[in-house]
Amino acid sequence: MAEDQDRTGAAPDGDDAPDDARRELSTLLPPEERWWKRLGPDERRWLTIAFVWCLVLFTGMYVWLAIGQQQTPIESYRIDPFVFQQEVDAFIEEHQVDEVAGAAIVEPPPGSDVYLQANQFAFRPVLKLQRGETYRLLVSSTDVQHGLSLQPTNLNFQVLPGYLYVIRITPDEVGEFPIVCNEYCGLGHHVMTGLIVVD
Amino acid sequence: MATATTPAPTRTCNVTGFVVDRNGQRLALGNIYAAFLMLALGGTLAILIALQRQGLPMSDDWWYRLLASHGATMLLFWLLYFEVAALYWGSTMLLNARMVAPRVAWANLVMMSVGMLLAQWAMFTGRATVMFTAYPPLTAHPLYYVGVLLFAVGVLVACIHFFANVVVAKRERTYEGSLPLVVYGLAAAAIIALYALGTGAVAYGMLFLHSIGLMESVDPAQYRLFFWGIGHGAQQVNLAAMVAVWYALIAFTVGGRPVNEGLSRIAFLLYIAFIHLGAVHHLLVDPGLGTSHRIMNTSYMLYLAVLASLIHAFSLPASIEVAQRERGFTHGLFQWLRKGPWREPGFSALVLSIVYFGFIAGVTGVLMGTMQLNMVIHNTLFVVGHFHATVVSGTTLAFMGISYYLIPLLTERRLVAPRVARWQPYVFGGGVAVLTLGMLLAGQLGVPRRVADLEYAAAPIGVDLWAAGPAPLVMLAVSIGAVIAVTGGIMFLYVIGMTLLKGERSETPDEGLRIAFGPRARLRAPVGEPTASEAAPDAGTGVDVETEHGHVTGLRERWRRFEAPGTYVLVLVFLAWFVVMYLVAHLNLSQSWPVG
Repeated sequence: MAEDQDRTGAAPDGDDAPDDARRELSTLLPPEERWWKRLGPDERRWLTIAFVWCLVLFTGMYVWLAIGQQQTPIESYRIDPFVFQQEVDAFIEEHQVDEVAGAAIVEPPPGSDVYLQANQFAFRPVLKLQRGETYRLLVSSTDVQHGLSLQPTNLNFQVLPGYLYVIRITPDEVGEFPIVCNEYCGLGHHVMTGLIVVD
Repeated sequence: MATATTPAPTRTCNVTGFVVDRNGQRLALGNIYAAFLMLALGGTLAILIALQRQGLPMSDDWWYRLLASHGATMLLFWLLYFEVAALYWGSTMLLNARMVAPRVAWANLVMMSVGMLLAQWAMFTGRATVMFTAYPPLTAHPLYYVGVLLFAVGVLVACIHFFANVVVAKRERTYEGSLPLVVYGLAAAAIIALYALGTGAVAYGMLFLHSIGLMESVDPAQYRLFFWGIGHGAQQVNLAAMVAVWYALIAFTVGGRPVNEGLSRIAFLLYIAFIHLGAVHHLLVDPGLGTSHRIMNTSYMLYLAVLASLIHAFSLPASIEVAQRERGFTHGLFQWLRKGPWREPGFSALVLSIVYFGFIAGVTGVLMGTMQLNMVIHNTLFVVGHFHATVVSGTTLAFMGISYYLIPLLTERRLVAPRVARWQPYVFGGGVAVLTLGMLLAGQLGVPRRVADLEYAAAPIGVDLWAAGPAPLVMLAVSIGAVIAVTGGIMFLYVIGMTLLKGERSETPDEGLRIAFGPRARLRAPVGEPTASEAAPDAGTGVDVETEHGHVTGLRERWRRFEAPGTYVLVLVFLAWFVVMYLVAHLNLSQSWPVG
C-alpha cells in the first residue's frame, strides 16, 4: 500500500508543468514564496466600494438616531424582583378599571409611567392607553427571562428578572394590540400573552 | 511526546498526491461519522417539529423537547463534529503531516460523545427543556451542563491538537513556506473557537455551579453576554470553516484559486480580530447597555468583519471565473458560469451555498445586527430564518459538498449512486430556500420563535394574529421546505451510507467525480466538456489576463480590463440587493409605533 513517499505532494520540484499543477492546487498547497502581493485594480476597486458601504452601514445607525422615531431604549435599572412585584401590585390597585379573563385592566393617566410585569405565563396588567400619548413602560420579570413582543406593530424587547427596562412608546393607532412572549420561558411559553388597548 | 515512537504508517493518495497519515485519516472519518449520525438525528427532529405545525399530534412538552434537541444536535453536535474532522484533515493530509497524539484524539472523540449523550439524555427525558440558549433562571439537570461542557472541552482539545499538528508539520518540514489557504482558514476557525469556547465555558460553568447549589444565582444579563460569546462565536467558527471549505471546493471542482490570495488571508485576519464583537447582536434590545457600546460592538468595529465577508464575496466567484476562463470559457460576461460543472455535486453545493449565504444569510444578519432594526426582528421567526440560511443552506450545504470528495478520498471507495449525488444539492438547497424564506416572512408578520401553538388556543387572552391570513400560508411553506430539505438530507445520507457499506474499494476512488488536481487530475481534457471549438475565438486571452495587471493587450472591449468582469457584475448586483434590503428594512421600521 505504502507507495513512493512524495512528500511534496502533487507539485514535485522540477516537474515539466509545475506551474499549472501548482497554481491549480494553490488553495490546498502552500503559496509560492510570500503570499502578499500588491492588490490589482479589480481588488482595489471592490475593496474601496465595500469599505464605503461598511462606513454607510456604521453611520446609518447614528443617522437613524437623528432622524428616526423608533430608537432602541437604553434607560434601565437594577431592581429586586420582589420590589418590582410590589410596585406593580400598587400600580394595579391604583388604576384598575375592569377585568378580563382574570386579568386586571388598568387605565393610567395619559403620558404617565406604566408598569408591565412578565411572569410565567402572562403579562400583567392589561393596559388601556390613549392614542398619541407617550408612556414610559417599566418592564421587568419576576421569574425567568421573557420576550416582550408588541403586535402587530412588531416591537420586541428582552425582559430580564432583576433589570427594569424603561421603554417609551407612543401608540399611534386605535385598537386592541396583543402582547406575546417570544423568549422561551418554559412549557407554557405558548400561552403567555397580554394586551394593550388603545383608544 | 510522541516523537520517539515509530512514524505512523502512511499512504500516498493516488488522486491528490498528498501523503496521508492513516491515523489522521481514521480520526477524520471517526468524527465525520459522528457528525453524519447527528445530521440524521437532527433531520428527523426537524421533520417532526415542522409537521407538528401542520397538525401532527404531539404534546407541547414533547415539541419543546424535540426543539431543544434539534437545536443542540444541529448547531453544536453536527457542525462541531464535522469541523473537528475538517481540522484533522487540514492539519494532516493537506500538510502531508501526521496526527501528533492520535490516542488523545480518540479519547477526545469518546469524551465528546459521552458529553453529547448526556445532553441528549437530559433533553429527551425532559430534564433540560431549556433550549440551546439555556437562559437562567431556567434551570436544567446538572448532567445537561456537564454534557455540553464535556463536548465543548473536547472541541477545545481538538483545536489545540490542530495547532500541535501544524507546529510539528512545520518542524518536520512536511510542507514549505506558509500554510495553504484552506488550512489558514481552518486555523482562523480554530482561533475563533478558542475564545468562543472560553466564554462558553464561563457561561455553562456558572449554570453548572448554580445547578448543584455552589453558586447562589447567575445574573441573567451577565450570562447572556458570556453565552453569546459561544452562541454567536460558534457560528463565526462555522463561518470561517465554511469559507475554508468553499476555497477547498473551488480547488476540487474547477481548480480555481484566488486572484489575490493575500487579500483572502487578510479577510481571515479581519474575522479573527473583529468578528467576536458580533456577539452583541443578541443583546441589542436588552436592558443595561448604552448606545455607543451597542453600535461599536454590533458593527464589529466599523463593520470590518463584514468587510472580510465582502472580500470573500468577491474573491470566491472570481476564483471560479478565472479558472473557468483559463479553461477557455471566455465568451461574454457569464459563459464561465453557464458552462460550470453544474452536474458535479461539489460545484452545485458550492455555488448554491455561496449565493444563499450572501444574498439571504449575510444580508439578513447585517440587518438584524443594525441596532434599531433589531427591535422589529428580535426573537421573531426572522431570526430563525436567518440562522437556517447561514448554518443550513450555507454551512451544511458546503459540508455536504466537500463530503462527496472527502469520503471517497479518505475511505478509498468509489462514490455509490453519483446520480443521486448530482441532484442532491439542488433538492436540499431548494428546500432550505423555501424554508428560510417562509421563516423570514413569518418573522416580518411578527410570528414569535419557539412557540408550540401559534393559534394561542390555550392562552387566557387570545391572540388571533396568526391563525388566519398570510401566516398559516407562510408556515405551510416552512413545513413544505422542511420536507424537501429533509428529502435532500436523506439523499445525502443515502449516497454516503451506501458508499461506506457497498462502495467499491479502489485505488482511484475519484471515478465519477471531477477532481481538478493531483497526478490523476483530468480537468485538462475533460470528458463531455466543451472544448476548444466553443472557446476558440478567445483561446489564449486567459493567458493575457493572467499577466501583469494593467498590461492586458489586444482586447477590444473595455470590461476585459477586469480580471473577473462577470464577478464584478455579480458583486455589484449583490451590493444593490443589499442596499435595497437595507432601505426596505428601515421603511418597515419607520411604520412601527414611535419608541425610544
